[in-house]
Amino acid sequence: MTPLQPARTLSRPVMSSVSDAARLELLEYLFDHHEDLARCARASLEWLARHAGTKRSMCLIVDHDAGLLVGIAGHGIPSEDVELFTSPLDARDPFVAALSAEGPTVVRPARPDSHTRATPSTLLGAGPLTVVPLRGGRDDDTSALGLLLLRPGTGPSGDISWLATVLGQKLDQIRGHGSLAEEVRKLRRERSLLFTIINAVTDPILLTDTEGRLIVANARAEKLFAASEEESEGRRRAVELNNMLFSAALSRSAVEGGSEARELLLVDPSEGSDLLFEVLSSTVEDPREGTGIVSVLRNITDLRRATEQIEENYQRLRVLEAAARAERDRLNLIIDSVADPIIVTDSTGETVLMNAPAEDLFTVPPGAPESAERNVQANDAHFSSFISGLLLGRTGPGEIRRGEIGLLQPTTSEINPVEAIAGKVQSESGELTAVVTILHDRREAIERAHLYEQLKLASDELQARVQAATAELATQNELLRRQAIELEQASRLKSQFLANMSHEFRTPLNAILGYTHMLLQGVAGDLSLAAKRQLQRIDSNGRHLLTIINEILDITRIEAGKMPIQLSEFSVNDIVPEVMAELDPVIGRSRLKVTPKLSPQAPPVLSDRQKVKQIVVNLLSNALKFTHHGGIDIAVQHDAHRGMLSIAVSDTGIGIAPEHHERIFEDFRQVDDSPSRQYGGTGLGLAICRRLATSLGGRITLRSHLGQGSTFTLTIPVEAPQ
Amino acid sequence: MSTEQGPLILVVDDYEDAREMYAEYLRFCGFRVAEARNGNEALEQAFMLMPDLILMDLSLPGMDGWEATRQLKSDERTRNIPVVALTGHALAGASEGAKRAGCDSFVTKPCLPDDLVVEVRRMLNTVRNA
Repeated sequence: MTPLQPARTLSRPVMSSVSDAARLELLEYLFDHHEDLARCARASLEWLARHAGTKRSMCLIVDHDAGLLVGIAGHGIPSEDVELFTSPLDARDPFVAALSAEGPTVVRPARPDSHTRATPSTLLGAGPLTVVPLRGGRDDDTSALGLLLLRPGTGPSGDISWLATVLGQKLDQIRGHGSLAEEVRKLRRERSLLFTIINAVTDPILLTDTEGRLIVANARAEKLFAASEEESEGRRRAVELNNMLFSAALSRSAVEGGSEARELLLVDPSEGSDLLFEVLSSTVEDPREGTGIVSVLRNITDLRRATEQIEENYQRLRVLEAAARAERDRLNLIIDSVADPIIVTDSTGETVLMNAPAEDLFTVPPGAPESAERNVQANDAHFSSFISGLLLGRTGPGEIRRGEIGLLQPTTSEINPVEAIAGKVQSESGELTAVVTILHDRREAIERAHLYEQLKLASDELQARVQAATAELATQNELLRRQAIELEQASRLKSQFLANMSHEFRTPLNAILGYTHMLLQGVAGDLSLAAKRQLQRIDSNGRHLLTIINEILDITRIEAGKMPIQLSEFSVNDIVPEVMAELDPVIGRSRLKVTPKLSPQAPPVLSDRQKVKQIVVNLLSNALKFTHHGGIDIAVQHDAHRGMLSIAVSDTGIGIAPEHHERIFEDFRQVDDSPSRQYGGTGLGLAICRRLATSLGGRITLRSHLGQGSTFTLTIPVEAPQ
Repeated sequence: MSTEQGPLILVVDDYEDAREMYAEYLRFCGFRVAEARNGNEALEQAFMLMPDLILMDLSLPGMDGWEATRQLKSDERTRNIPVVALTGHALAGASEGAKRAGCDSFVTKPCLPDDLVVEVRRMLNTVRNA
């Protein structure tokens, strides 16, 4: 416990006769406190300060038992430093050496080194110190009892030596009481311990008298309520203010009574900031010191600030909560308006929230059949297993789990396959807070997939059919190709066969016609008229047979490509009389008038003379065959513009119906194909003519009306293609 | 029939009816006639009789008419005897083949005896005038 520096209010009255009166005052004090060594020493130092003007001083005594030089009082230096100061009685130490000196000595302490141990220099300041030995009155004393340490040159030396004598005798007197040193040590230890304890308390602790004057304060309280003269003006003012505030609080407490805590707002002298304390005061009775008040101040500045913060946070929380509620309501509206079922589960898989479509699947509607409950349970089980997969799986944030679940419509038990899409919701710290699952109805997709499958099947089938058809077509083509080859071979064989046959036909026919001719020539003598007429029938029929054979042979030749074109230059005008001459017997028998209509300006043509003639013969003989009265014109025309020449054979015969105009050019065709037909012939004539005309680069056209005659026109180019 | 009566014609044909028909009609028309049934006989008769004209059917058993004609035309003695080819093969190319073999004329069967005599006379005149 540290007796406080006397506050200004506590300063004592100054006596008129300084020296004597002052010395008397000290002696009175020392007499009063004859047993307290430290108090006597302190009072002596204070006296020196007042009367000799020493700013800093210190008193040490020798403890022979402990072998130490011990600090017992100081002035102008922290009391705890003094009381904790010890130094071994080492003769080399200049202070220890000063104990043996007759009078005051000046010690120049070594330069302070880094040693932690305190020396008088560290307490009193650098520079030389005046060390005054304190001795008792006895002569046998060679060594001093203690030392008085002062800054040199301070105060009148008379006062100092007087004090040293008085204090030395007082020390000797007290030590004369025997066990004094022991007691001092004990007391010092207790005080030191008590002092350490109270200073260790972080709350300011104060002892005041009933007037509010400070008696004892711990280190924390000193900072608030004590300031030396040397400290700054601001700090001193703050301390003054704090003293006033504290006194006011104490007096208020005394008036109002009670021991409950009061709040006290003080100023932090070093920081200048406000400090809020809770003051707990209690009255103590001390038989010697009288009534005092012990006050413990608890700093509640932080607490108050925290309370205010909490309040503020709470208000903010309420606002946020309201906003969150509004947001949640809005979210609920949105979620409910989504047609797909949405389910929110917490991290344990418990359902937290679901929208209306989800409720349809996972809750039993009132009044539903018993099956609905089972269906809902099944749905729950399916959904739980899906969710647990997500909860157990190590899916990271933002990852989506997809799965297909077969749910049942609770009321209808209809299977409703859904695609479940679940995502984790995580807090900022990465903690799983919820899982949001959306169920998407798959029925439409499945139906579509099914349709697509059917479509694909149909398409595949179609494709297969097309392929089969293509293959079939290829087979058919191959068959056709083979058939074509076979046909070609057959055709060649046919041609060969017909060629051979015609030879075989001709040989006997040659003999028939030859002998008939010879008989008619009278080689075997004269014949009767009847025999001649009969031989002529043989001859006529033989010739007809020969014509048929020749025509068949022509077709065969043309088809076999063995009808070479032999080009020569000739006049078509010359052909007409030649043809008429060849058919003269027929013309004569028909009694028809055949009129040639030549074209003298027609140029000569380059073509196959034999074939042109054959065609015209054929056309004219047909005209003669199918005309019974009237006449036949053979007209030659030249189309210089197109470079074509034409020979048209027009008759006044039976004519040809339009539907037969094409047919008559086909092989073995006549208008009347019946066996009982009126007109003979092979039906090959026009077919041969058309083929021959084509081989010459020309054509045969027909203009005819039934019953009004026909006009067959052969048109050939002036120059046949090579 | 005496040798002074007319030119000697060798008729070569394997078909008897045709051969005898032409032979009979040629005799009737004042020609002398020798006959052969195939190419070998034709060559034999030709070298032996040296006829004025040979009527040669081309389709013959054994040596055919083309070969016989080629041999006749390659021999000094018979080279100048005109050969009139006679065939029932009316296909194009038959006449070219005959001409390549050395035939001087070509007649398609059926050929009336009358027409044949006209052709024989024409050929004989051609040779005589040459």
